[in-house]
Amino acid sequence: MTQAGIVGSFVVPVHPHTVLAPDQNPGWRRLRDAFDEAAEHIRSLDADLIIVYSTTWPSIIGHQIQADPNPEWVMVDHDFHDLGSIHYSFNIDQEFAHAWDEANRTRGLQSRCVNYKGFPIDVGSVVALTLLNPDNRIPAVIVSSNMYANRSETTVLAKACLDVIEAQGRRAVAVTAMSLSNRMFTDFIEPGEDKIHSLKDDEWNRKILEFMQEGRLEDVGQLSRTIHQQIRVQKVVAFKPMWWLSAMNGNRNNLTGRVLAYEPIHGAGGAVVLLDPTPSGTGDKEYDEDDVEFFHGERGVLDSSHEDEPSPESIPPEGDNRSHHGPELWEPTEATGSVNTDRAPMPVGAYPHARRVGNMLYLSGVGPRQPATNNIPGGPIHDQNGEPLEYDIRAQTRAVVDNVRRIVEEAGARMDQIVDVTTFLVDMKRDFEGYNEVWAETLGQVGPTRTTLAIDALPTPIAVEMKVIVHLGE
Amino acid sequence: MAKGQIVAGCIAPHPPHLVYAENPPQNEPVAEGGWEQLRWGYERLRASLATIEYDAIVLLSPHWQTYIGTHFLGLPHFEGLSVDPIFPNLFRYHYDMNVDVELAKAIHDEAAAAGLPVKMMENPDFRVDYGTITTGHLFNPDWDKPLVVISSNRSTAYYSVEVMQEIMVELGKVTRKAIEASGKKVVVLASNSLSHRHFTTESEVPEDMSKEHITSHAMHLWDMRIIDYMRTGQAQRILDEMPEFTEQAIAESDGGGLSWLLSTLDVPTYPAILHGYGTIIGTGNAVVEWPCYAHEVKAE
Repeated sequence: MTQAGIVGSFVVPVHPHTVLAPDQNPGWRRLRDAFDEAAEHIRSLDADLIIVYSTTWPSIIGHQIQADPNPEWVMVDHDFHDLGSIHYSFNIDQEFAHAWDEANRTRGLQSRCVNYKGFPIDVGSVVALTLLNPDNRIPAVIVSSNMYANRSETTVLAKACLDVIEAQGRRAVAVTAMSLSNRMFTDFIEPGEDKIHSLKDDEWNRKILEFMQEGRLEDVGQLSRTIHQQIRVQKVVAFKPMWWLSAMNGNRNNLTGRVLAYEPIHGAGGAVVLLDPTPSGTGDKEYDEDDVEFFHGERGVLDSSHEDEPSPESIPPEGDNRSHHGPELWEPTEATGSVNTDRAPMPVGAYPHARRVGNMLYLSGVGPRQPATNNIPGGPIHDQNGEPLEYDIRAQTRAVVDNVRRIVEEAGARMDQIVDVTTFLVDMKRDFEGYNEVWAETLGQVGPTRTTLAIDALPTPIAVEMKVIVHLGE
Repeated sequence: MAKGQIVAGCIAPHPPHLVYAENPPQNEPVAEGGWEQLRWGYERLRASLATIEYDAIVLLSPHWQTYIGTHFLGLPHFEGLSVDPIFPNLFRYHYDMNVDVELAKAIHDEAAAAGLPVKMMENPDFRVDYGTITTGHLFNPDWDKPLVVISSNRSTAYYSVEVMQEIMVELGKVTRKAIEASGKKVVVLASNSLSHRHFTTESEVPEDMSKEHITSHAMHLWDMRIIDYMRTGQAQRILDEMPEFTEQAIAESDGGGLSWLLSTLDVPTYPAILHGYGTIIGTGNAVVEWPCYAHEVKAE
């Protein structure tokens, strides 16, 4: 099987001229030719998914993901309606869309899928998919650009997407539909009069493209706010697609870049850029802010009116309004050899997620609680008064295995290096069968030794916990 | 031909929640109600104008956003399905509306003569924006009056609120001039919220009114200040304070609708009627009427 992951990334312009009027201006034609070259390149990548982050689909309530398997309609641009209409019919990967939506919520993001006949696919997505995937051979997914999202939220959005790509073993192409400088002429012009709105915009665009040509995508991401101030009209979506695209590529500066075209579209800077994941260059970079794995909410503007909102730790499970209250959560303990990660649930005492001793890795007991929200997949086993609740042992067991995987990977190890597992169940009679079934599908495929014990209770209202030992190799 | 006349001017908010809450047959989703204060406000507005005769509605919508000049719907009839790209769970509305192309062209031509960049929208596939449809429905559920629909020129994004206001005040003047020359009686509507900071989460039941409130005290203060100016005939003060209001309340006046409306009404000094105020996902919204029929006619 070919290797999964991001096999290529593209920056493409959003305006409809490249679809509807490429021959009215030589620059628009060059952009169209670059689109066609990009489409040919995507075909050569053996990709099985195209992911579009579009700046022309703003959202307010978190991020929205298109989940209509076959959206069809006629798109007419609000400004350039005189250029004509674009009839579209796309092949959307509904399963991936729903998985991404779920992964977003697991990482603390507000997210939802949209699947409505007649939903107006935005111009940027329509142009990108029409030209990059003209025969609809490759299924696609489209995500909105949240107008309030900051860098951490946008980065986590990308990481949730990567979770699904990895889980499904997909070979994905990431696309940002965006302008560089987005200052258009505010009056009507003849096609032959088109040029970048100002020399300053042109110089900034060329600097951005120089970085991309050198594969320095993370540098562009870190300059994003400055770029927005310098060459962008203050539209709501800002210059945040570079945050998303950089995170989709591991926040790297050593991609292999190629600028296929750079031309004006009614004064805005339009470019088709290919970013190959093959490492090149030095890759030097500096972080201007913390990397993030989970979104905890940073919209301080609302804090004053949301003082009574529950903390993430007290939010009940998804789709389950039964509240559960566990012990206080602790930051993982830092000590020699400790391995800790934001991608695992916070401890309920002073201990690390794992500790490395020589070539052995010992994990603290791992339960199913979700890292960002403390939710329990499958539901808690009792309410805050101790009254028993129905729960799903299979969902809890899967969540335990996922948390184990995150800790093991944080240590740089693999699941097939797990050598011994001790499992604790609070209700052996009720739960062994379901637990055993999930085990067979997951860790049972890897082959560690196993001991399963019945115990009276666990510190949080969960039904299953695992103690894991990993041999890291010689 | 008799001189045309603006019989009333209104601020009429357009969040799709209001149509959703009303459950009209044209909208697919079904609600249990919600946002009654504003919907009752619309009812009072409709009742207030029920006995006033007029020929057309001139509407400026901030959700038909154009960055190159001001555009006008330029075909006599539009119908189709409007799905709100932000709240598709609430608004999937089958619309069927008529346009007063003659009046639209007249305003377009006056604007062009004044040096404003303008364009008629004549593509039959064009999907009318949900702001137009929401305001159009709530103001006139029978859709029995033709509309003139004007886009929102986003000059704020390129320049500043001050420049936006200069452009929109000029557009208001030529709108008034064209209406007067047309011989028609017209209602002018600015489809517009006031403070415009949204919540970024949605409750499980969107119409759960226990979750609805203004996003912050500062937003409330700005909304009340602007409404007070409206109720006391101080339209000029609204224009004077528009830059601060737009910036500090993140107000939807950045789309130019409120400036255009006040200019079209010749910056009224008589009191407006507040029919309703309420919040929608944290934004401030008012249904306000300037009863020109009771003031300007008397003055002639």
